[in-house]
Amino acid sequence: MSGFFSQAQQLQAPDVAYQAVLPMLLVLGAACVSVLFEAFLPRERRWGWQVALTVVTLAGAAISLIVYGNDAPKAGVKTFSDVLTIDRPTLFLWGTLLLLAFGAVLLIADRSVEPGGAFVAQAAIRPGTLQDRVQAAKVGMQTEVFPLTLFALGGMMVFCAANDLLTMFVALEVLSLPLYLMAGLARRRRLLSQEAAVKYFLLGAFASAFFLYGIALLYGYAGSVKLADIATAAAGTNRSDTLLFAGMGLLVVGLLFKASVGPFHTWTPDVYQGSPTPVTAFMAACTKVAAFGGILRVLMGAFASTNWEWRGVLWGVAIASMAIGAVLGLTQTDVKRMIAYSSVAHAGFLLVGSIALTSKGVSGTLFYLLAYGLTTVATFGIVSLVRDADGEASHLSQWAGLAKRSPIVAGVFTFLLLALAGIPLTSGFVGKFVVFSAALQSGMAPLVVVALVFSAVAAFFYLRVIVLMYFSEPAADGPTVTVPGAFTTMAITIGALATLVLGVFPSFALDWAGAGGFTF
Amino acid sequence: MTNLAADAQGATGLAGSAWLLLALPTLGAIVLLVGGRRTNKWGHILGSATVLGTFVYGLALFFSTTGLDAYKRTQELHLFAWIPVNALKVDFGLRLDPLSLTFVLLITGVGALIHIYSVGYMSHDRDRRRFFAYLNLFVAAMLLLVLGNGFVTLYFGWEGVGLASYLLIGWYQDRPSAATAAKKAFLMNRVGDLGLAVAIFLMFANLGTTQYSEVFAKIGTLPSGTILAITLLLLLGACGKSGQFPLQSWLPDAMEGPTPVSALIHAATMVTAGVYLIARSNPIYDLTGDGRLIVTIIGTVTLLIGCIVGCAYDDIKKVLAYSTVSQIGYMILAVGLGPFGYALGIMHLLTHGFFKAGLFLGAGSVMHGMNDEVDMRKFGGLWRLMPITFVTFGLGYLALIGFPGLSGYFSKDAIIEAAFGQEGWRGWAFGGAALLGAGLTAFYMTRLVLMTFFGEKRWKDLKSADGKDFHPHESPKSMTIPMIILAIGSVGAGAFLSVGNRLVDWLEPSLGGLKESEHFVIPKGTVTILTIVLMLLGVGAAWLFVGRKPVPVTRPARVSFPVRAARADLYGNALNEALFARPGTWLTRALVFVDNKGVDGVVNGLAAMLGGTSGRLRRAQTGFVRSYALSMLGGSILVVAALLAVRFS
Repeated sequence: MSGFFSQAQQLQAPDVAYQAVLPMLLVLGAACVSVLFEAFLPRERRWGWQVALTVVTLAGAAISLIVYGNDAPKAGVKTFSDVLTIDRPTLFLWGTLLLLAFGAVLLIADRSVEPGGAFVAQAAIRPGTLQDRVQAAKVGMQTEVFPLTLFALGGMMVFCAANDLLTMFVALEVLSLPLYLMAGLARRRRLLSQEAAVKYFLLGAFASAFFLYGIALLYGYAGSVKLADIATAAAGTNRSDTLLFAGMGLLVVGLLFKASVGPFHTWTPDVYQGSPTPVTAFMAACTKVAAFGGILRVLMGAFASTNWEWRGVLWGVAIASMAIGAVLGLTQTDVKRMIAYSSVAHAGFLLVGSIALTSKGVSGTLFYLLAYGLTTVATFGIVSLVRDADGEASHLSQWAGLAKRSPIVAGVFTFLLLALAGIPLTSGFVGKFVVFSAALQSGMAPLVVVALVFSAVAAFFYLRVIVLMYFSEPAADGPTVTVPGAFTTMAITIGALATLVLGVFPSFALDWAGAGGFTF
Repeated sequence: MTNLAADAQGATGLAGSAWLLLALPTLGAIVLLVGGRRTNKWGHILGSATVLGTFVYGLALFFSTTGLDAYKRTQELHLFAWIPVNALKVDFGLRLDPLSLTFVLLITGVGALIHIYSVGYMSHDRDRRRFFAYLNLFVAAMLLLVLGNGFVTLYFGWEGVGLASYLLIGWYQDRPSAATAAKKAFLMNRVGDLGLAVAIFLMFANLGTTQYSEVFAKIGTLPSGTILAITLLLLLGACGKSGQFPLQSWLPDAMEGPTPVSALIHAATMVTAGVYLIARSNPIYDLTGDGRLIVTIIGTVTLLIGCIVGCAYDDIKKVLAYSTVSQIGYMILAVGLGPFGYALGIMHLLTHGFFKAGLFLGAGSVMHGMNDEVDMRKFGGLWRLMPITFVTFGLGYLALIGFPGLSGYFSKDAIIEAAFGQEGWRGWAFGGAALLGAGLTAFYMTRLVLMTFFGEKRWKDLKSADGKDFHPHESPKSMTIPMIILAIGSVGAGAFLSVGNRLVDWLEPSLGGLKESEHFVIPKGTVTILTIVLMLLGVGAAWLFVGRKPVPVTRPARVSFPVRAARADLYGNALNEALFARPGTWLTRALVFVDNKGVDGVVNGLAAMLGGTSGRLRRAQTGFVRSYALSMLGGSILVVAALLAVRFS
């Protein structure tokens, strides 16, 4: 009898914990519906429907996440034949992703700052032609950006939850491909935008190759692509370690590329600068969350037992990233490029927390991701407001004396920059504090000292902008500050408020982030 | 030790809401400061009402406490845990005992009178409301100082009164002299505050607590050197706040503030905080004879300096200020005598609070009638024109010089006697100095009264600073009534407090019993007679030098050395400059040099290095995908190679 039942079980389709994966299914499902909208709705009605669908989807996904999270099993749930793990970190990462995506979608949907929105009206028109000038003045936008956003977000959610490397790879591609497209959709400076898209695509493909090659080597080593199997193999076998470490190195390079950790950051400044600012916000906030979610899971799940061998190498990578971000940020003249280098430095700080490999390290990194993402969304929201006749005035010299013309915008931006610099009473400080204290506890004092030095160096270029805004005379033909519409105002408000709240009362978010560990 | 304070009772009943004492004036200050111009109309009424209310409540508290047995009179009211950090646990609580209640009554009683007086005195000031806000702030801080149940709470109040004092000395901010005086007071107080702060650090480091009850219980376990250090540091704090040698010179300058401020803060209450501090710390001072000796010496030196300089000034408020310095010297001398003098110091503090506040209000009344003139050489013959001021001022004057039967006689005479009760040379030195001080006090105060109220009306042919004629007149009722009440206190307080040892017995739970010396170098009766004789000699000398002949309107320039020295504050400022200012300047200069050349050099060098590196590295960001890919490839090879190298090394 028992044999019969076990056979019957083998035949069954994989069990799906629908309640647990509902947020992800909602997002991916809505992405498909969104494609149908593009196909069947008349052009002028698409924007409204798409915005409504996206916002409702995000809200619905968030609600289902909260409902599930309230009584989710502490140990987590494995589903789809153990391919996805919905544990506490996954839930926190999903929540963070949904929140940040909501902010980014608000920026994407905004049509008041730039008439018609930040996106090109017809992407197929060649840049620089007569038609291009006509389209730049048109009110419509390429609403495909909404399904693309949803697909990317769905990919990110799968990426954070993936329990085996192959699923992770598929998710990586699902999240990357829409981003490559979105990077090229800017309404103004289209050549720059398209160049950014191509660069991102080429380098992304390159990184994916590393990632895939790493998976292949690891499969050769462990005979499986499941994280848990790799961990078991690494813990006690006499198989060739060359395969393990070469595979791990290549795999990690692929992940570090997505997280824009130096020296795999080279795409970051160009892509951040060229992409439409709302897309930059989405990329900077959400991609970083997904990538570090993946890094945490891979390091904790597959390689925790061999950390003595690889930790030193990742120390080096973290230091390199912090150094590159902090030092190169000093001489940037473009505000978006400056924030790009800042994100490279932050990626270094995040890596410090990720290689602590303790529950404190995990919760600290998760908190840091939430705090950094919210601050970043608001920061790019502000960047999109300062404009002149050619679109965004992103050259720093144009920001001189901004506080005289627009004290509120300058004040909020100052606050956000202070948060990025990690000044107390902002979420940035709490984030750095929890990450560095976790690193200290796992015996990485020298690394923390280096990190502190580089956060001091990085503070310099944030403060430079503040000085520029407050203590320089405004240029005569300087940019104007657009009065933002409801969407952008909301995005900036959410980001700035969260930065303050997480800085003053961080404990509730820290509790969520520390509610449970990974399950493999 | 007969200190009963160790068995503090939990505060119940009326005392349970003692936080009201702090809350009322704080509320007043907040409403007036936050309310701004909207409260201009009734600001002074609210300000006075809060202090009056506090006084009434304090009085009720006082009477409910006198009904208790002596050992139950010390009550502690725990309010909240203030600083709960690791080993440092500071509770915010109040200690209601005879000593603190005495101060509460003095502060709120005299404070209420001076608030009422200020309603009239400041009526022409556009910012009267803000003035009342600061006064309320002061009262709140001063009450916190005396009511706190630990040294940290005391320090909080201590700094609060320092702030209020700074704000009020600099009240006439358009006068550079007022701004300078405020800054001077603030800076010199910092020197003293440093001492107090370090004393508190020492207590915490050695005892692990700063609450009075625990500190006093454990202090005996410390080595005598540490105890001496703590007492001397506390004394430094007291010297700063109470204008004692060598930090006395800020107090006369503080007279730049409005006269009610001089009366309340710089005569009756705040400047006596040092005396309170030493009296409150009596269990610590009891343990170290050397510490007490130094306190006594400081008090004696200060009382003489105050008297001598007081003889040379022509500015009516400065004479009174130096008189304050000198009288606080008496109090410090008294508390330095330890169990022989704690209660006497507090008694002199109380009587002095009455008559000195009265004298200052009188001086303010004279100035009010004389277009804010302070130079006594321009006064003269005012007694007919300002009868109430004259009578109240005269009573204060008699009380101060120790005229038999009036307040000062009882309190000062007792201190002089106690000083003579010390053994050997100490009795002669301290007693003799205190006796001499009494004579000098009589001299300079008589000189002041003669120059102000008697003699020719020298102001008749003169014009005031703003070019108007002088029309001396009596002040309005809101000013004279407080003066009358204070005059009554000047007359009767001494007898009331000393008859039947009322005050001494009342204070026993806080300060221990007052000991009587066994042997006096001069018999007590003789001391009393000598004091009266010296006082009369001082009065007579003043009559000979000042009263008999006309007073020159401009002050004589060619005078003997002692007068020159006295006019220069006995070189107190020069001393301060040499002791504190110049080393401080040298230190800052040296630090600025190190900062400019060393620190800035390193910082600028680092910045230049980073900037240069950044500029060079930027060139690596070429914009070509091929070079980006190359750098990625290089990074990947490095990572993999490093991983393998670590594994197989």
